[in-house]
Amino acid sequence: MSTRLAQGGRLIDRSKPKNFTFNGKRMKGYEGDTLAAALLGEDQMLMGRSFKYHRPRGVVASGAEEPNALVNLGQGERFEPNQRVTTTELFDGLTCTSQNHWPSLEFDVGVVNNYAARFLPAGFYYKTFMAPAAAWKHVFEPVIRKSAGLGQVPTEADADRYEHYYHHTDVVIIGGGVAGLASALAAGRSGAKVLVMEQTHHWGGRAPVDGGEIDGQSVDAWIDATLAELSAMENVTLRTRMMGSGVYDHGYVLGYERVADHTPGDGRPRHRLWRIRTKQIVTATGAIERPLSFAGNDIPGVMLASAVRDYAVNWGVSIGDRTVVVTNNDDGYRTALTLKEAGLDVPVVLDARSEATGPLAEAARAAGIRVEPGRAIAKVHGGKRVTGVSICLQAGEGSALEEIKCDAVAMSGGWSPVVHMWSHCGGKLIWDEAQAHFRPDPNRAPTSHDGEAFVVTAGTASGAMSLAATLEDAYAAGKAAAKAAGGKAVRKAGPKADAESEQPMAPVWIMPQGASIKKRMKMWLDYQNDVKVSDVQLAAREGYESVEHTKRYTTLGMATDQGKLSNINGLAVLSDALDQEIPTTGTTTFRPPYTPISFGAIAGEARHEIFQPIRRTPMHQWHEDAGAYMEPVGHWRRPYCYAKPGETNEQAVHREVLNTRENLGLLDASTLGKLIVKGPDAGKFMDMMYTNMMSNLAVGKCRYGLMCSENGFLSDDGVVARIDEDTWLCHTTSGGADRIHAWMEEWLQTEWWDWKVYVANVTEQLAQVAVVGPNARKVLEKLGGMDVSKETLPFMQWKDGTIGGFDARVYRISFSGELSYEIAVPASQGRAFWDALLEAGEEFGVMPYGTECLHIMRAEKGFIMIGDETDGTVIPQDLGLNWAISKKKEDFLGKRAQQRSHMTDPNRWKLVGLETLDGSVLPDGAYAVGEGNNVHGQRNMIGRVTSTYYSPTLKKGIAMGLVLHGPDRMGEVISFPTVDGSNTVVKARICDPVFYDKDGEKQNV
Amino acid sequence: MLILECPYCGVMADETDLHGGGEAHLKRFGPGSSDDDFETYLFHRANPKGVHFERWRHVSGCGKWFHAARNTMTLEVYGTYPAQTYEPPKELVAKIKKKHPEWGGWK
Repeated sequence: MSTRLAQGGRLIDRSKPKNFTFNGKRMKGYEGDTLAAALLGEDQMLMGRSFKYHRPRGVVASGAEEPNALVNLGQGERFEPNQRVTTTELFDGLTCTSQNHWPSLEFDVGVVNNYAARFLPAGFYYKTFMAPAAAWKHVFEPVIRKSAGLGQVPTEADADRYEHYYHHTDVVIIGGGVAGLASALAAGRSGAKVLVMEQTHHWGGRAPVDGGEIDGQSVDAWIDATLAELSAMENVTLRTRMMGSGVYDHGYVLGYERVADHTPGDGRPRHRLWRIRTKQIVTATGAIERPLSFAGNDIPGVMLASAVRDYAVNWGVSIGDRTVVVTNNDDGYRTALTLKEAGLDVPVVLDARSEATGPLAEAARAAGIRVEPGRAIAKVHGGKRVTGVSICLQAGEGSALEEIKCDAVAMSGGWSPVVHMWSHCGGKLIWDEAQAHFRPDPNRAPTSHDGEAFVVTAGTASGAMSLAATLEDAYAAGKAAAKAAGGKAVRKAGPKADAESEQPMAPVWIMPQGASIKKRMKMWLDYQNDVKVSDVQLAAREGYESVEHTKRYTTLGMATDQGKLSNINGLAVLSDALDQEIPTTGTTTFRPPYTPISFGAIAGEARHEIFQPIRRTPMHQWHEDAGAYMEPVGHWRRPYCYAKPGETNEQAVHREVLNTRENLGLLDASTLGKLIVKGPDAGKFMDMMYTNMMSNLAVGKCRYGLMCSENGFLSDDGVVARIDEDTWLCHTTSGGADRIHAWMEEWLQTEWWDWKVYVANVTEQLAQVAVVGPNARKVLEKLGGMDVSKETLPFMQWKDGTIGGFDARVYRISFSGELSYEIAVPASQGRAFWDALLEAGEEFGVMPYGTECLHIMRAEKGFIMIGDETDGTVIPQDLGLNWAISKKKEDFLGKRAQQRSHMTDPNRWKLVGLETLDGSVLPDGAYAVGEGNNVHGQRNMIGRVTSTYYSPTLKKGIAMGLVLHGPDRMGEVISFPTVDGSNTVVKARICDPVFYDKDGEKQNV
Repeated sequence: MLILECPYCGVMADETDLHGGGEAHLKRFGPGSSDDDFETYLFHRANPKGVHFERWRHVSGCGKWFHAARNTMTLEVYGTYPAQTYEPPKELVAKIKKKHPEWGGWK
């Protein structure tokens, strides 16, 4: 069993106990514990179940690389799944539960998958797609959905706040181990501005665990002294609990600071995302120990040798009384010696190398530990906990020579530098044959805007595997980065350690090397995603040669740990199966973040009302006070309708339509885009922008215009008014103003830069009200001022003047088919003008109306709406708008495109009206079917609905749609099958899209 | 995240302040052009691994369009210049050529 030792634990404070619960069970740890250490201290080795086979799993590692030990952390509004116990600091009152099992951690029904493993090999998921479609729907999906998934989804809104922090500096050092600190010394001494970040809450990394001396003092003492020197430097910022998450173009770094994960609810932001610009980056990210692939290497109690050592030294936790060490390098002996010193039993060290003669092996022998070179683990015994191992020859096929009882196995397969930060922005790797790992190639560093390297590695992250080499490399890296960032030359010598000799490691990818398929099916590479040696070999047999394909086929390295333990072992197995060198296989791509970061941190302060600022018209508050039901239109909120007490939204919309048609309606049209185009060449420019001729529009007149993309597709529409000789005012769709403004600017700046034209977006300078209905003129005349008679201000003209004392520009334009004035007043007068219209209109039956009423009235008139009748593939000719396309103009944007054969194809679907035979409302987006089937066996389609409404005016459903040969098929009935499951067909007759007042008698009065 | 210097206002702008506009120095083909020319103008874009000339707009700044010559592999930026030109400045082309003698020229 795992337990807390009577003494030891350099990071914990035994005078400060902390209480927590795991699956409801009360447990105790100490300040300074990780959740992993505290759980192990309470003999909680079983921490979760694997993703696919639901095998029992315990912790393997002691840091960010941990694949197994993920828990649901916290409760309610602070609940978060998939939290690594190895990187979770213990605090009083912490609650956590294990995940990925049912009904309980101890007894999980899903483990039947384990016995069916033979039927769930690599690519199982993809193979299900090859089965009959019905099997996927009825068999695979329900089963996979039930058994897969990590943790639970939080159900409550996050109680915490998060923030972004912007930081500019000269040098960023990622990693606060001895390498990072040595680099910081060099960079700090240069006078450069330095930021050092360490992901854990303590400095020094794992060097104090490994032992040795720096500058004649213990590693711990050197760390303290170095921190004191660094803290005294004003140019150096030190941050713990901050992970380097990613390195991006031109010296951009994301730092993920876990400010208050260990003090939840104390009022501080939980996470802070540092958005950093730096000249140089030093990655002192250390290395990660690799597991060894032997049968049963996932049974709880099998751990990385370095982790076993960490738990003993840092937290005073013993994994087991009897630990078998299995290694292919000298470092594993450190664990054996550490355990022996702590008074624990190490029955044997199995060294896969044929000789074990290095100083560490000799030290182990001197300590009375049995050392067996050339030996391997044939099999680990046990279910939820290791009970023993069978020993075999590494060179053989796995015949057991001996069985040894033990309750823990410490494995060391060598070390891989953490190259993520180096690789994120293009740093390349080289294969180090001696260490059997990929390490950064200093000659192919990531480059910045000046073409020079901006990332340098330090210490073990460079592949320097001894303390002495690490310090030397790291100090030089700090110096180099500081110099490149403009710091002074540093003459002071760096920290030194005595060189120790180690026997070379020997790569071991499968243990024993001739293991049978039965054994290989029990050798885990990726613990979290349940990928085994046999799966990678199967992928190779099935033709997956690219490492990126194999990764996706087997899901190797695709779990939340992103293969930090499995990557190199998997590559090696694949290379062997493909009979090629490891560097030929190469690595998969390293992408940020280094470990998962919270969505809260990414969002920062952008939540709730400041997620996206809302644009408000001058009358916005009135709408809200009136209880309007608002809908988003671009960044605006517009009233959809103004329901009265007891009225549904639908009833309100119908009332608004009828009232506007019969009496008087007011629409807040301020969101309409308004662009001023001005200058000596403005007419020429307008002719290019619009399909219509705009240069010949008379001053004082209005014209409806269309804008197309250069690809010919309809992009925007609106009424243009000629203001004076060299000025046009363009109305754009609501929410389209910024886009169209940018569109005009782009052409003016990049194509016709010699044209003398200026464009200004005046949308928010003006409030605009549509005064609509038979009583529209009466209310304006009552308010008094300018002449708004038919004679003075006819349809499609505009005039400046005053109305009721307000400075007004009045356009006689109509989007409803009624007598209509759109009146623009300065934004500052908008609300007062609105109020004045409502007051004066009372006797004429005035009612405000919303966007849905606007939509229905325009559909009754057959007016198109950008975004309904158009979807980016529709040209004006499809909509019967040929009258708005100039034939005289030589050129306009989209003209050439509309001459292409596909655009002039008579088989393009064309706009028509649709009326159902039974008067019902056609389903929105419904497709009409024709004769026969297409190549996929689906019914051929001959049209679709683009707008469909119940018309309160006509008391029936009306619709518009695009139909094959539509305009030539007036009166024909076509069929629209429904997709609501009722298996019915709605029949509709093709008709004129103008349902109401075709001759315009109502608007032209 | 790239940093480009806006040649109009002189600001070293973060990519978040900029709007990318694709390949620079395209020639517009309008009515009367051949199908091939029009297709090339509308759809064909260089996607080089190496030196590239791009359009950018300082959208959250001065609003101006400019061009940038940069290396899509090394992320090196050779220079930026106003968009009101049919070809990159000669000294910029010479600078790139000097650095990459194997480079085939800007067009």
